Amino acid sequence: MLAFTLRRAIQAIGVMIAVGVIAFSMFRFAGDPVNQIVSLDTPAAEREAVRKSLGLDDPVPVQFARYFANAAQFKFGVSYQFRQPVSTLLMERMPATLELAACATVFAMVLGILMGVYSALRRDTFLTKIFQAVSLIGISLPTFLIGILMIYLFSVTLGWLPSFGRGDVVRIGWWTTGLLTLSGLKALIMPSITLGLFQMTLIMRLVRAEMLEVLRTDYIRFARARGLTTRAVHFGHALKNTLVPVITVAGLQFGSVIAFAIITETVFQWPGMGLLFVQAVQNVDIPIMAAYLLMVSLIFVTINLVVDILYTIVDPRLRSTISRPA
Amino acid sequence: MSDAVVPHRIEPSAQTSRSGRNWLKRALDSDIFYSFRRSRMTMVAAAVTILFFLLAIFASQLAVQNPFDPAQLQLMNSRISPLWTADGQSPFLLGTDEQGRDVFSAILYGLRISLVVGVLGVIFAGALGITLGLIAGYVGGAVDGLIMRIADVQLTFPAILIALIVNGVAKSVFGNRLDAMSTLAVLVVAIGLSFWVQYARTVRGSVMVEKNKDYVAAAQLIGLPAPKIIFRHVLPNTMGPILVIATINLALAIITEATLSFLGAGMPDTMPSLGTLIRIGNNYLFAGEWWIVAFPGIALAGLILSINLLGDWLRDALNPKLR
Repeated sequence: MLAFTLRRAIQAIGVMIAVGVIAFSMFRFAGDPVNQIVSLDTPAAEREAVRKSLGLDDPVPVQFARYFANAAQFKFGVSYQFRQPVSTLLMERMPATLELAACATVFAMVLGILMGVYSALRRDTFLTKIFQAVSLIGISLPTFLIGILMIYLFSVTLGWLPSFGRGDVVRIGWWTTGLLTLSGLKALIMPSITLGLFQMTLIMRLVRAEMLEVLRTDYIRFARARGLTTRAVHFGHALKNTLVPVITVAGLQFGSVIAFAIITETVFQWPGMGLLFVQAVQNVDIPIMAAYLLMVSLIFVTINLVVDILYTIVDPRLRSTISRPA
Repeated sequence: MSDAVVPHRIEPSAQTSRSGRNWLKRALDSDIFYSFRRSRMTMVAAAVTILFFLLAIFASQLAVQNPFDPAQLQLMNSRISPLWTADGQSPFLLGTDEQGRDVFSAILYGLRISLVVGVLGVIFAGALGITLGLIAGYVGGAVDGLIMRIADVQLTFPAILIALIVNGVAKSVFGNRLDAMSTLAVLVVAIGLSFWVQYARTVRGSVMVEKNKDYVAAAQLIGLPAPKIIFRHVLPNTMGPILVIATINLALAIITEATLSFLGAGMPDTMPSLGTLIRIGNNYLFAGEWWIVAFPGIALAGLILSINLLGDWLRDALNPKLR
C-alpha cells in the first residue's frame, strides 16, 4: 500500500517535471519576447534594459533553474501582454473558472443521475427516447455551437439572460463570487449548462448502464424477495451502488471541465483562466501559456493521484493487482 | 470486412482478375452489409456523410463564387439575407456575410478545409498510434513500458488542451505570421498528436493477443523479419477496431479543428474552415444577421452527427458479441 502510494507519487512528480520542461522549452522556442513588448521604433538601449529587467540575458541553464524554482513558488514571470505578474492574473481569474466548473459539475451530476435513473427504470418510454436524443446531441454538437445557440435564444431573441461576463460579483477576501448577486446568478446559468452538457451526457449514460447491470444482480432480487418497496430497492440499493463509479468519473472529469472551460469562457466572454489562456495563445504570450499548462497539469495530476489512492483504500481487491489498466 | 478474423487471405494470382466481382458479391452478402440495410438511421447517416464529402469535393463547381478570391467579392452584396426571406437576392441562396461573401459558397469551401484537416489528422494520428502500438505490443519490455506510460499521461489531458498547446508552440516557433497552408499543417499535427493514444492502446492489445498465435510462430519460423511480420501479418488482424476508432476520431478531429478555429487558434479568415466561419458569424449575431453563423453551424453539426451515427453502427456491427 505504502509502496504503491509512493510509486504513484513519484510518477506524478515525474509527470510534473516533464510538463515543466515542455513549459520552459516554449520560452526557448519563442523567438525574442522583447520584440513582443517594445514597439518597432524603440531604441536599442531601451530594448536591452527591458531584456535585462526580464532576465533574458542569462545563460539557458540559469534561466531554466530559475524558472523551476520560481514555478514551485507559483511565480510564473510577467505577462508580455499585460505587463503584470502572471500569478496575479491567474489568481484574479481563478475564482471565476472554479465557480463555473463547480456549477457545471453540480448541474451535470444532478441532471445526469436523474435522467440516467429514469431511462434505466423506464426503458421504452417516450421521455427515455428524448433523453437519449439529448445525449446524442450532447456528444455530437460542439460546445461552442451549443453556447451560440443558447445566446441566440435566451439573450438575442428572448432577452432573458446576459450573453457575456459574470454580472456583479461580491469580493470575499481574495475570492470573488457571483453566487450572491442576482445578476451574477443569471450570468452563471447559460455558461454552466453549456459547460456541463457533455459531462451530463457522460454521467447519464454511465448511470443508465450501471443501473441496468445492478438491477440484474442477486442482491436486488433478494431485496425484492424480502418484500421491500420498489422505491427502496431502486433508490436505497440499486442507485447507491451505482454512485461509486459515478462519483469517480465526475471527480476525474473535474479536470477536463476546467480545461473545457476554455471554450465556454470564450463563447460567453467569461473572465476566467481559460479566456486568459486563449488570449495568450492568440497573442503568443508564453508566460501565461506556460503557467496555465503547469496549473492545469497540477490539477490533473493531483486529482488522478488522489483517485488512485482512494481506490486502493475503498476497493481492497485492487491492492493485490496493483498495476491498474487505467 | 467480414473475413477480418481469417489471418491472411491467400489469393492465387490466377484468381485476382475475377476477384473484382467476387469481392462485390461477398460484400453484399456479408453480415456487415446486412446490418447496414437493417438500420434506416445508418443508411441516412451514410447518405448524408457521402453528400457532405461530394459537396466538399465539387465545391468549386457548385459554388457561385470563389470566397477566397477577393476580386470576386463585392461589398455591394454584403449582408444579404437568405433567398427565401424578404430581402433575399439571387444567386445568394443562404445570404452573404459582411464582405459580400456568399454563405453557401463559403460553407462548401469551409467544408473542404474541415474535411481535409479532419481526414489528414486522423491518418496522421492513426499512422503514429498504430506504429507505436505495434512496436509496443510486439517488442514488449521497456519499450512497451515507455510508450504506454507516455500514453497514460497524455490520456489524462483533454485533446483540445494538447491541440491548443501544440498550436501555441508552433505559433511561437514560426512567429505569428503563418500562412494558411502551414496553419493547416500545424492543425493536422496538433490533432494527430492529441488522438494517437487510442490507436496505440487498441493495437497494442490486439498485437499482444495475436503474437502468441500459430501463424505468427510460423512466420517467425520461416525467418521473416520482424517488421514484415508486424505489418503484413499482425496488422491486418487488428484492422476492425482501428476502423471503428478512425470513424469516431474523424468526428472528434473535425470538432477539434472547428473548436480551434472558433477560438481563433486555427484556420485564418482568408482560408476559413467551418469553425472560422462560425467565429466570424458569431460577431454578427447581435446585429440580427443570424444566417452568417447558423448555416455553417448546421453544416458542422450535421456532418459530425452523421459521422458519429456511422461510427456507432460500425462499432456494433463489428462487435462479435452483439451479432
